Amino acid sequence: MPKSLVKSGAEIDGYTIGECVHAGGMATLWTVTHPRIDGPLLMKVPRASEGEDPAAIVSFEMEMMILPRLAGPHVPHCYGTGDFAHQAYAVIERIPGTTLYKRLPDLPLPYEEARLLVARIAAALADLHRQNVIHHDIKPSSVMFRESGEAVLIDYGLSHHDHLPDLLQAEFRLPYGTAPYMAPERLRGVRDDPRSDLFSLGVLLYFFTTGERPFGEGETLRAMRRRLWRDPHPPRSLRADYPPWLQEVVLRCLEIEPVRRYPTATQLAFDLAHPTQVRLTARSERMKRDPLSVAWRRRFNQDAMQPRAKSDVAEQIASSPIIAVALDTVEGEPELNEALRVTTERILATLPSARLACVNVLKLNRIAIDKTLDEQGSNKHIDRLVALRHWATPLKLDESRLSVHVLEAVDPATALLEFAEVNEVDHVIIGARQSSFRRTLLGSVSAKVAAEATCTVTVVRPPRMATAKPDAGVVWG
Amino acid sequence: MLLAVFSDIHGNRQAFEACLKVARARSAERFILLGDFVGYGADPEWVVDTAMDMVAHGAVAVRGNHDEAVNTTTESMNNEAQIAIEWTRGRLDAAQRRFLAELPMLVEDRDRLFVHSEASSPKRWHYVRSTADAAKSLIATPAHVTFCGHIHRPALYSMSVTAKMTSFVPKTDVPVQLLRGRQWLAVLGSVGQPRDGDPSASFVLFDTDSCQITYCRVPYDIASAANKIRENGLPPWLADRLSQGR
Repeated sequence: MPKSLVKSGAEIDGYTIGECVHAGGMATLWTVTHPRIDGPLLMKVPRASEGEDPAAIVSFEMEMMILPRLAGPHVPHCYGTGDFAHQAYAVIERIPGTTLYKRLPDLPLPYEEARLLVARIAAALADLHRQNVIHHDIKPSSVMFRESGEAVLIDYGLSHHDHLPDLLQAEFRLPYGTAPYMAPERLRGVRDDPRSDLFSLGVLLYFFTTGERPFGEGETLRAMRRRLWRDPHPPRSLRADYPPWLQEVVLRCLEIEPVRRYPTATQLAFDLAHPTQVRLTARSERMKRDPLSVAWRRRFNQDAMQPRAKSDVAEQIASSPIIAVALDTVEGEPELNEALRVTTERILATLPSARLACVNVLKLNRIAIDKTLDEQGSNKHIDRLVALRHWATPLKLDESRLSVHVLEAVDPATALLEFAEVNEVDHVIIGARQSSFRRTLLGSVSAKVAAEATCTVTVVRPPRMATAKPDAGVVWG
Repeated sequence: MLLAVFSDIHGNRQAFEACLKVARARSAERFILLGDFVGYGADPEWVVDTAMDMVAHGAVAVRGNHDEAVNTTTESMNNEAQIAIEWTRGRLDAAQRRFLAELPMLVEDRDRLFVHSEASSPKRWHYVRSTADAAKSLIATPAHVTFCGHIHRPALYSMSVTAKMTSFVPKTDVPVQLLRGRQWLAVLGSVGQPRDGDPSASFVLFDTDSCQITYCRVPYDIASAANKIRENGLPPWLADRLSQGR
């Protein structure tokens, strides 16, 4: 391996080296400048001289393969790499500020602050998973925030890219990573399940809201293996005021079996964005860990959990979309609402991990001040939530897959589009009004949503009636 | 420079033509042919003539076991392959047979090695089925990248400086950078008789500057290739398997 050429004032491939700003166990970080690149840059250089940990080399190789392929606000932009034949380096955008590690003295954080913080990390993870990458080292020191608010995930040395060879697959006898945050399946050598990142994010959320790490700090394999059978203390047993919905979210992330966690980071972000809609199960009630008898049964039946098919990151995300159905429960024609239910049912039938958000827009008047109570004195908002749930009942969806939302807005189309955008909805199902008079007068909500949405939109019309005009049954999506 | 690498064409004109068209459209500058030009398919003359012309214009070609079997009757083959090779022998003229007989077993080109089966003992026609097989081949050569075919299923292996192996089934059209500092074995799928469940023809593009390899798949007129096999009285399974990719 050639000696490192990186030192202050040196020039490599057009980059002028500045000062060393960080010297870690695996790599050093240097400020660099380039005449044709604006903005602050960092050069990451692996520790690769003789006698160094071979892990440093392999993880740097992995990072060199993955970084140039990543895009978007949730990753540092990569400007160039150099390989081991000459001088190994990666030049990346320098994100101003510090990592989340600096917040450790402030723990536990207020619940609301932690909720918003972790929701932003979940959104970043969702974006990363969509790019076929599993991070595998989610922890406070891997997370930074842009001034505009987006979480940025750094350090891809342990990551897995579903479309690239995994150089770490056979490299080490022990799973490599940060022990307190490592998902249990990693201890069994599984590296291709994106839900491993949701486990790590669950550890972070637990830690940030209780001040304690759910599985301690043990670095030994024996200490790490405990998480294969021993569940953590429920947060409510540590903090009396711990919100049940938050415990539901945290413990779902920390499920031992990946299949019992959230299917996608987007679905986790969705729950964090709508805490009142989180379906509470026995998890939220738990005040004690599982009895030892249960834990021991898990411990000595490890083999029963073993078989699993190879997972495909893109496939898993595609089979777990967020579907929003826009319903007019007040003025909507019953045939149209029925047609919407039939279409929704068909789509859900093929996607067992999808979740459904039923959305209704409570239209506000532009000028008059709206009254919350209607003429009969009942609360309009609550009435509509009830109506939405009633509409969804025949779908017989597990409650954890269903949520209902009433948006209040002057312009329904804009409100629906914004809902879809903010919640990273994958598919909007919307009915088209049949009455041409109303459509002319009000403009078509479905047409605007279909035209402007950034996701798939299915426009539903009721089945053709005998009297309908020839074009009345056109469906476009 | 952009290399286009083809393996196991097996007398399938339709598949080879389709791949060549795509490779040229993607600006391939140099062509590498990893052997098994004949056997199974019904257009051996056209395929061999095309290969001879390409070699005359600078392409690299190596010998496959079916190419060898055209000239030597000692090769042990399964029944269908044997019928096909005997039929092929009758179709080729002396010049075509000589071209196949004189093909080198392997070609080294800078830090790249081209071979039909694998590098440790190319004349024994071993298949690379596992990381252990791949390791044997990689240990036998100092080349940074070895390109081979023979098994008709794409795979990409690497070996680190500490002799740790990785294996990977490449995704179509996703370039992978073959990092220096480790050795790579790129096993190609087949142009003329894919066996990985995907019936489309398979070939590889390799950019020697960026060291990026891209596995490509090309749809082609399977029905015509299969009909010609049936019309010539070759075993029907050789026609049927094309549409199944098995």
